[in-house]
Amino acid sequence: MNSITSSPLPCAARPDAAPSIERSDSYWQGVARRIGRDPVTLVCAAILLLMLLAILAAPWLSPHDPLQGSLLRRLQPVGSPGHLLGTDELGRDMLSRLLHGGRLSWFLGIMPVLIAVVIGASLGILAGYAGGGTNMLIMRTTDVFYAFPSVLLAVAISGALGPGITNAMLSLSLVFIPQVIRIAESTTTSVRNLDYIESARASGASVLTIVRVHLLPNVLGPIFVYSTSLISVAMILASGLSFLGLGTRPPDAEWGLMLNTLRTAIYNQPLLTMLPGLCIFVTSACFNMLSDGLRSAMDVRS
Amino acid sequence: MNEPLVHVRDLNVRFVSRDATVHAVNGIDFDLAARETLCILGESGSGKSVTLRALMRLNPGSRTQVQGTVKVAGHDIVVASEREMSALRGGTVSMIFQEPMTALDPVFTIGTQIAETVRRHEGVNAAAARKRALELLELVQIPSAARRLDAYPHELSGGLRQRAMIAIALSCRPKLLLADEPTTALDATVQIQVLLLLKELQRELGMGMIFVTHDLGVACEVANRIAVMYAGRFIEEGTTGEIMRSAAHPYTQGLLGATVHAGMRGQRLTTIPGSPPNLERLPPGCAFAPRCSHVGSDCLAAVPALQRLEAGRSARCIRAQPLAA
Amino acid sequence: MLFYILRRVLYALPIALAVSLICFLLVHIAPGDPVNAIISPDAPAEVVAQVRAEYGLDKPLPAQFVLWLGRVLQGDLGTSLSSGRPVVAELVVAVKNTLMLSLVAAMIGFVAGTLLGIVAAIRRGRWPDKLASALAAGGVSLPHYWLGMVLVVVFSVTLNWLPALGAGAGGSEAWAWDWEHVQFLVLPAITLSVIPMGIVTRTVRGVVIEILNQDFTVTLHGKGLQPLRIALHVLKNAAPAVLAVMGLQLGYLMGGSILVETVFSWPGTGQLLNGAIFQRDIPVLQGTILVLALIFVLLNLVVDLMQTTLDPRIKRS
Repeated sequence: MNSITSSPLPCAARPDAAPSIERSDSYWQGVARRIGRDPVTLVCAAILLLMLLAILAAPWLSPHDPLQGSLLRRLQPVGSPGHLLGTDELGRDMLSRLLHGGRLSWFLGIMPVLIAVVIGASLGILAGYAGGGTNMLIMRTTDVFYAFPSVLLAVAISGALGPGITNAMLSLSLVFIPQVIRIAESTTTSVRNLDYIESARASGASVLTIVRVHLLPNVLGPIFVYSTSLISVAMILASGLSFLGLGTRPPDAEWGLMLNTLRTAIYNQPLLTMLPGLCIFVTSACFNMLSDGLRSAMDVRS
Repeated sequence: MNEPLVHVRDLNVRFVSRDATVHAVNGIDFDLAARETLCILGESGSGKSVTLRALMRLNPGSRTQVQGTVKVAGHDIVVASEREMSALRGGTVSMIFQEPMTALDPVFTIGTQIAETVRRHEGVNAAAARKRALELLELVQIPSAARRLDAYPHELSGGLRQRAMIAIALSCRPKLLLADEPTTALDATVQIQVLLLLKELQRELGMGMIFVTHDLGVACEVANRIAVMYAGRFIEEGTTGEIMRSAAHPYTQGLLGATVHAGMRGQRLTTIPGSPPNLERLPPGCAFAPRCSHVGSDCLAAVPALQRLEAGRSARCIRAQPLAA
Repeated sequence: MLFYILRRVLYALPIALAVSLICFLLVHIAPGDPVNAIISPDAPAEVVAQVRAEYGLDKPLPAQFVLWLGRVLQGDLGTSLSSGRPVVAELVVAVKNTLMLSLVAAMIGFVAGTLLGIVAAIRRGRWPDKLASALAAGGVSLPHYWLGMVLVVVFSVTLNWLPALGAGAGGSEAWAWDWEHVQFLVLPAITLSVIPMGIVTRTVRGVVIEILNQDFTVTLHGKGLQPLRIALHVLKNAAPAVLAVMGLQLGYLMGGSILVETVFSWPGTGQLLNGAIFQRDIPVLQGTILVLALIFVLLNLVVDLMQTTLDPRIKRS
């Protein structure tokens, strides 16, 4: 039988003694790393960036004036000399109108979401943190707006107010605010009930500190991801309003409005009529995939 | 020629994914006779649950690689077809799980969940299956069994849910019962009741049982034999008495030393320093070496073989010496 | 249980009331004199004065609301400014048409979505999942009015297989389920089904994956149950969440059909709304929105009650 011969070595002198401590990344480093490994998200982000640059540079990139047209040159097909993407039903250059139209479409898609996030997140976090009567008041009001399907609500408010960019932005904001309130409130409520908030309160932290240090970092993430997915919906809805004649008014260039006015040309130049819609689709799809990618990257559990 | 109920030789289980390979089980041998109870004792991450699931091929199919010999009740588990496995599970071999709340389907009554197992393996009609379900609920000593047949899992307390799970597992009179930490999630008082129930049922139905736990007290209560597991290997085996009285491996000695028992007032608890190794990157030598107070340079050279200390008693340590009482 | 149903119905009433209030207020946020919401501005002065008195337009807003609500509850939604017919009459026809379109679109979308979602969940991470998820993402990001135009270009203009507009000869009044009429339904229904298809695919995929990750699926395998029986367990667990989403989607289809109906000139509520907006026909606008919103509230209630029946974990006391 073997016996224990040598005397035990002290811990420090043993080679490979201490188990190696792996330095783990901070949460955001992990998020960035996961996004970096996701080709779909990166491609979408790249496409969106390119689009953004193109429409911002629209005045310099457009070969023609988007509002100047000549009925003699109406409905030229794609690839015509001087008009890379053809001309619309009033003879205006499609490429220029698409570039300029992008500015309005993006603006109408992003602004309402921004407004909705600022107002909605504040109200939602307030409702979630305060609880009780405040919560009931805010959430029941939200429920009423939720009782309308989004398209219907947007059309109803726009229809009542009349066409115009400001009215469209107003009605779209009103459609999205309840959605942001809901997600802000539910995230806040679930975070608020977690143990570490309890212990923060027990250790005497003030409400403001708790909100700033413990609550916001955990709540803003999901809200942010949700808003990126909202942008894709907003773009479709905003263009939809213009398509119905409720948003941008002619002769402004905007993708949804262009789809509407080109409808009559569907029999002569079908390809032309596809272009504005393609732009909306690509933008919306990219925002959607970006949002999905962000959500997967931020989900620690997977 | 009496073939053992369970025969395992050189079982290796690996989980392969894009990022890494986890070596969960690294060369396990054991036999289990009918009516015998083996307890696999170890910390979280030692590979004990994986071993248990390998006996029923319940590990996630796409990522799991199994090597070695596994025979249960004469069936070769490694090469059996899925049809054969499906007939074995619940019929010849059953498992009870740790968390009865999540292990039971929340949208079906427990009566239905028992009955469907019976119908699957014994082909009886609905009425007969329901009658059997009632008998089983009474067997596991659930009060008001008739009413409880139509209860949903969330309507029962933790102890009752676990009894319901035992009822499901025993519904087709299995020859082998596998228990994966069945009492860990229960209150202390309920734990004892469930353990005693299991012992009694094992006697009555003549089953072999393999129990997985990290709790020494539980092992003492139910097991004939104990196998201590660390980093995917058995590092000590023996009867319950032998191990409790004279543990040979430093890890087992550490486990025993770290328990609280009578007569210890005023003394310091001994702990085992460090933490278990990363199963993705096992060291070439003894896996316990970094934490062992008796380590020598020969321990790091190669994985120690299981040393036979006596009949049926072994320890995976080149310095193994059973401590005298 | 009955008590629970009653409670849920009672809870829906204040919502319905608040919805009506918003519809009522629509008229008043619109620019212009509210009188013009009832009769044309060209009417003679004494008619205008009479209408003003009858509808209590000089009274405070709450009183007007009560008067309006009273009329609505009696089935009087006003008279269309453009056609002169009662709003209710026009709505009945339009709602029938939209309902028909929505139900067919819903069926297509739900069946396709469920199949795709199940395939994606079972073959998670592999190419069927990526394909199904891509289709779903595409469906959700697609401006469906644009898709409608694309389909028209392909199937009507180029191939000439299907008609581009309308609901067929005689409109919906003379509907029959034969190809002569159904051919008008095909393109609009497919167009409308794309968004619910995308959403149902994602929901089913998510729910089924979550269920397959739960511990009890291991137990189900451990009991040696046959694959079909395990599928039953998974479906029953998935049903509450998936059916809830489907119910909501049906509501969105009915309420949000305006864009597709515009593209295809389908004579439904969307078309009615469209016309009302352009002709500033406020009674029709108000009435249509009210009816559609109330249908949505009703659908929400039904979905809520259905969930309670399907999920035993929800308290029914």
